[in-house]
Amino acid sequence: MTDRSSDDVQSPWVGWALFLPAAAFLAAFTYYPAIATLIESLFSNAKAGRAARFVGLDNYAAMIDDPIFWNALANNAWFALGTIPASIGLAIGMALLVNRALPGRALVRMSYFAPTILAMVAVANIWLFIFAPQIGLLNMATAWLGLAPHNWLGQPSTALASVTAVAIWKEAGFFMIFYLAALQNMPANLAEAAAIEGASRWYYFWKVTFPLLMPTTLFVLVNAVVNAFRLVDHIIVMTKGGPDNASMLLLYYIYEVGFKYWDTSYAAAMSMVLLAILGAVAIGQFLILDRRTHYR
Amino acid sequence: MKHKAMRLLMAVAAFAAAMAALPARAVEISFYYPIAVSGPLTKIIEGMVADFEKANPGITVKPIYSGNYGETLAKALTANKSGQPPQVAVLVASDALTVIDEDAVAPMENFVKTADDKAWLDGFFPALMMNGRYEGKTYGVPFQRSTQVMYWNKAAFKEAGLDPNRPPANWDELVEYGKKLTVKDASGKVTRWGLIIPSGVTSHWFLQGFTTQNRAKLTNDSGTETYLNTPEAIEALQFWVDLSRKYQVMQPGIIDTGAAPNEFIDGRAAIMFHSTGNLTNVKNNAKFDFGVAMLPERKQRGSATGGGSIYIFKKSTPEQLDASFKFVKWMTSAEQAARWSIGTGYVAGRQDAWNLPVMKKYAQDFPPAAVALQQLPYCAPEFSTHDGPRTTKALEDAIDASITGTKTPAKALADAQAEATRILRSYKR
Repeated sequence: MTDRSSDDVQSPWVGWALFLPAAAFLAAFTYYPAIATLIESLFSNAKAGRAARFVGLDNYAAMIDDPIFWNALANNAWFALGTIPASIGLAIGMALLVNRALPGRALVRMSYFAPTILAMVAVANIWLFIFAPQIGLLNMATAWLGLAPHNWLGQPSTALASVTAVAIWKEAGFFMIFYLAALQNMPANLAEAAAIEGASRWYYFWKVTFPLLMPTTLFVLVNAVVNAFRLVDHIIVMTKGGPDNASMLLLYYIYEVGFKYWDTSYAAAMSMVLLAILGAVAIGQFLILDRRTHYR
Repeated sequence: MKHKAMRLLMAVAAFAAAMAALPARAVEISFYYPIAVSGPLTKIIEGMVADFEKANPGITVKPIYSGNYGETLAKALTANKSGQPPQVAVLVASDALTVIDEDAVAPMENFVKTADDKAWLDGFFPALMMNGRYEGKTYGVPFQRSTQVMYWNKAAFKEAGLDPNRPPANWDELVEYGKKLTVKDASGKVTRWGLIIPSGVTSHWFLQGFTTQNRAKLTNDSGTETYLNTPEAIEALQFWVDLSRKYQVMQPGIIDTGAAPNEFIDGRAAIMFHSTGNLTNVKNNAKFDFGVAMLPERKQRGSATGGGSIYIFKKSTPEQLDASFKFVKWMTSAEQAARWSIGTGYVAGRQDAWNLPVMKKYAQDFPPAAVALQQLPYCAPEFSTHDGPRTTKALEDAIDASITGTKTPAKALADAQAEATRILRSYKR
């Protein structure tokens, strides 16, 4: 009788066993919460003496009627529009700058990267000082230019722009690292060939460098979109969504509704909206951009 | 086999006997406390807790700093929902309805048994008990209570040609003094504002100073109705808005509540409205002579009471509940209330604390400490309704919109009233 050694054939159980820890984590922290949130959004809010009951789409109807929700959504759209192109553009610019031999290059790289290692709460406190109305650095700079002092965080017209600036400052350094790594992996003969052909720097960048950076750009874009919805730590420290909801972002509103008002089912409904937005953006990015990305 | 089973049985029996013979472990209770004013409050709390444990050897208390009032409430209720609340927590007095609606806290009447207990419960100032009473029971007792007071920079007054010992007594004088105290440099930029009144977090509390002085009642007693856009309330908010937009005696835009004391201490504002809880911080850090007085009057003097009361959470074992009550009684006793008040500037919540020799001497040596006490008879309870955080946000959004000029006070308060009525609809019976 031939001895069927199990070493010859890879047992399927080994594969499943290796997959199980990751699967357990994914299920426990991603899929189960998503499904539980969906279910909770279909029930009314449970309070002492009043159990939760199935109300179907009532929470979503209340959400459509809620002006603060639409305000938060609009603000988030502006916030995304402000942070994504600016931080990516800045990251590419900074990476190109520190890619070539520069005196003090290591110092410049370190200072560009410094915001990344700081916690967002610490960054927010630093910027609170910069934006402070009377003693803040920004008002000192504008006074030196002869402009009147301004309450950057305390006026609805500038509150959102101010928190956007903080997010751009925090993110750009992080994205720069990826671009720097990609630039350093580009073959040197491309630059030589372009120099021989007489291509201008801008032409070389737009037709050669940037397309070759597309994989990095795709990755950075996904990160930037997620961050546009995820970064609310500085809102908590600097403005708390004010004044009058001028800097209210969706995730912060969800937190307020869920943990300040304890209306957890309404917060669950808004979480589903956030999930849907991010899911749609992710699918769109990978379907559309992936086709145009040249992977080496 | 039989021997093995016998030995196993004997081992288990011996273990059980040993466990039963162990002395009863100390009861452990956890205590969430917020810090809402500047100063080294953690050290004082830990000192008080250590002294309580010395006096009560069977009880261990774990004091946990839990951020500001909003964060403490969020933490306490989150812990409550997961089944493991703190045993005792200090929450802002107006959060009483929120924790009662969540069925998280136990009324003090459940624990009051002896005549001594009853004397303790009856010994608090009635003005400070208003926010903690619901349907005839008391849920939170005063721990770090305050009122708004007016701090003024005596050196700045002298510079401006005003009598340094005479603070503004009414709204008109406030504007007049503010104009004299506002200092501009050569380029027209203001180097010192006459007034600073916070409009950041808890702006509703600062509005209540003006509304109480104008005799505008903002809610009914049971917390089911609001009256935010009465003419008196609109007048009160309009005056606050006018201070920066019309009379230009105060910085325009939202003023951060936590940053305001430093603006006063560093001399960038000459008159500050803020909690009496900042008193010890201002005393220790201001390099100038300063005075403290009741807020200027309009139709009457007035402020809202504020600050934190101490609550006992329900979901604990009977031993923990007993220990919690002992702890609460001790922390709010006359001696500890005096100690806390002297260390911070908060108002000691009971008359017998003020009668203690140490408090009498402190009030004599430092009269500003007694101002909040003198203002208590004119005080209104802090804005509190069912679903309080939501209605408070509606009111604070109205304040934000008015101060930044996005809406007129009349429109802003009308919108807030509509929103609050919608929120409270399901609570009206």
